Amino acid sequence: MPSVRFRLNGADTEIDADPDRSLLDVLRGQLGVTGPHFGCGAGECGACNVILGDHAVSACDTPMWSVADKDVTTLEGLGTDEQPHPLQRAFIAEQAMQCGYCVSGILMSAAALLKRNPSPTSREVKEALDRNLCRCGSQNRMVRAVLRAAEEMAAR
Amino acid sequence: MNQPTPSPPTLPVSLAANPKLSAWLKFSSTGQVTVSPGKVEIGQGIVTALAQIAADELDIDLSRVQMIRASTATSPNEGVTSGSLSIQQSGRAMRHACAEVRRIFLQQAAERLGVEADALDIEDGTISGPGNVRTSYWELADEVSLDRDATPGVVPKSASHRALAGHSVQRIDIPDKVLGRPRFIHDQALVGMLHGRVLRPDNARARLAGLQQDGARAVAGLVAIVRDGNFAGIVSETEHGAEAALTALRKGASWSDGGPLPDENDLAAFLKGQPVESTVINQKTSASSGKAARTIKRQYTRPYIAHASIAPSCAMAQWSGDRLHVWTHSQGVYLLRADLALVLKLPVENITVEHMEGAGCYGHNAADDVALDAALLAKAANGRPVRVQWSRQGEMSDAPFGAAMAIEIEADLDAQGEIVDWRHSIWGNGHVARPGRAAQPALLAGYEVANPFPRMVSTNPPQSNGGGSDRNSIPLYDFPSWRIESHRLTTMPIRTSALRTLGGQGNVFAIESILDEIAADRGEDPVAFRLRHLRDERAKDVIRAVAARAKWKPAKQTGIGHGIGFGRYKNTGAYCAAIAEVEGAAEITVRKLTLAVDVGEAINPDGVINQIEGGAIQATSWVLKERVRFDRQRITSTSWNEYPILRFSEVPDVEVEVIQRSDVDPVGAGEAAHGPVTAAIANAVFDALGVRVRDLPITRDRIIAAVEST
Repeated sequence: MPSVRFRLNGADTEIDADPDRSLLDVLRGQLGVTGPHFGCGAGECGACNVILGDHAVSACDTPMWSVADKDVTTLEGLGTDEQPHPLQRAFIAEQAMQCGYCVSGILMSAAALLKRNPSPTSREVKEALDRNLCRCGSQNRMVRAVLRAAEEMAAR
Repeated sequence: MNQPTPSPPTLPVSLAANPKLSAWLKFSSTGQVTVSPGKVEIGQGIVTALAQIAADELDIDLSRVQMIRASTATSPNEGVTSGSLSIQQSGRAMRHACAEVRRIFLQQAAERLGVEADALDIEDGTISGPGNVRTSYWELADEVSLDRDATPGVVPKSASHRALAGHSVQRIDIPDKVLGRPRFIHDQALVGMLHGRVLRPDNARARLAGLQQDGARAVAGLVAIVRDGNFAGIVSETEHGAEAALTALRKGASWSDGGPLPDENDLAAFLKGQPVESTVINQKTSASSGKAARTIKRQYTRPYIAHASIAPSCAMAQWSGDRLHVWTHSQGVYLLRADLALVLKLPVENITVEHMEGAGCYGHNAADDVALDAALLAKAANGRPVRVQWSRQGEMSDAPFGAAMAIEIEADLDAQGEIVDWRHSIWGNGHVARPGRAAQPALLAGYEVANPFPRMVSTNPPQSNGGGSDRNSIPLYDFPSWRIESHRLTTMPIRTSALRTLGGQGNVFAIESILDEIAADRGEDPVAFRLRHLRDERAKDVIRAVAARAKWKPAKQTGIGHGIGFGRYKNTGAYCAAIAEVEGAAEITVRKLTLAVDVGEAINPDGVINQIEGGAIQATSWVLKERVRFDRQRITSTSWNEYPILRFSEVPDVEVEVIQRSDVDPVGAGEAAHGPVTAAIANAVFDALGVRVRDLPITRDRIIAAVEST
């Protein structure tokens, strides 16, 4: 079995896996990283979004060969219990969810957005999250939370 | 003169069914209270609201409350978490139980401290009284037994004495979900856990004619192939292996033809052409009805709608001899257990069903089905636990759907255009085929195993429980006479069961649409028209509040329309009025929704707003986009591409006003918005475009068809 090396949440990681296996499969299966959630398996819902390099991608249709030597960030690597990412604090402050299953992927899409655009407009946030589905109807709260996090990050 | 005897006090219904106080509450000597409701968290925030109620009534800090997940091993049996009844049922029971427990502790403290119970106060669990005497729940925990039945007549605190309920607090489940701590059933790993997948045909009624197993057997990690009649599945060491083995097994399967599906393009003809069981739901007669000058008759339809949970359903099961443990995100652990017992031919005592959080389900989705799948596959696992997760495709085709409906309303109008008689008829499948309520199971694999159970045909709850197809069909308006009929199909080619609001969305859409048309024909403002025909001040208040908030009626602009919708969920629950602002020509965008809601006492006001916002946005998605698609053989809308839902860029602004009534018993908020929002959007489309779209969803094609037919 060939091995693939990449950095997962900052840590060098080497894993024996078929290069065509999906990143989500390896993260949730062999590595036990459950932040990214399975939603559709076809890159259509965003529940499994992770940050690959600087961009949010759906892990379910990202093959392992494409992450070789790259940085992968999952929700587990976004912040810690002691030092949550401003987005995590903002999602709590805005109570920005109902069931929360989609939230992991949405946080990753939002984090990638704030990296490349630290002060997005509400329209830009919606565009950045447009490939993430939320079935409970919490989108407006999530947009408010992302804007709140951006403000907080700008004030630091 | 005989005084009327006051009716004796009674216990809240959930507490009467589970009177033992220790089933609800336990105190530890270390300063914690564990609270065990029978209702479950499905993303609606109920666990937080119940914690608020308990903390308030007991006079303890919210952080001392530990909420226990429902389990048949330990929890009170509160049936199913549905119908927006959790606050009403569990909340009332919790408040009553806590009030009585507080009194029991005060009596114990009074004895120990030698003072009158009335002289004692409780602050964050510390009980103190005159002369600086003090003790606490925690000190008394070991000497107070709660293994006693609740008694009627205990009076909980009045609204003005509550410190927490009525105020927004942060939900207790949210930090885990934001910080990536495993909380969902999908993220749990049991020791030695295997993975299972079930093979299902494209046509639900197809039979498994042949099964070549060689391909699946060759897949690494395979533990077992299970076949029981038309039920087939695999068990594997890994999830990846399970998927691969399922793919191989599918290649080796041959199926008989199943039954034909209806014509998706003529649902009304299908629904009206089937054998039905007809019921007169309600009839009102009046001697003083005016003379009918003309009759308007309109037909409204809504399609089958998918629950389309963002997470595919998931369950885990483990056998130990003839005992079974199941982990599930079902809405009713006891009800699921009853059906598992029927299929597995076991006494219920042999089965423990334990709840774990799943994604929002919005009604009866595949949560229960997958639990039986896991139990059947786990039989081949030699005592190891088996986790089964459905595919997206399965979730969108094999789970029950919300029932399609055809609704016909005829209104007789007098010479002045006033309504003098009203007839409302509904055709459709029943809206409920939930587990645990019948002598036969409602679980999918129960229809597939050898010696299968008959497929359940959905029924409707009685009006006294809010009705099903007929939910919200009885007018809240003061029409002089009416007749409401429901025609429930006794065949069910497409599986249906409870989806948020049951028939409420369709009926409110129909009633509020035709009213809008009648008001417009009279040249009367639709808000004024509704207010003129309502007698209930709470109903009028939400309409007045939403009209004021939305500055009804904004000046006319080209391509922009405004519409209103109103309903009281189940006619007994939350009042809700909505005003929609839409924009567009062929393609409709909902720009803004303004809502006013009255749930009586709003325990967690931000939780109520969150539920109303979510309901409003989900309803917008139903109205603009959603329709289960099928050809004559199979469901075809099995992915998000084929079953699109509202995206971030399409979500309207939503403003919610909560009318707080602290002295009125609380009711749920989760289903109040769907009907009013549906009607408000349809009426706003008319205001913008001058056409009435009476078939949901309101898509480009439907608007063009409506334009052409006028």
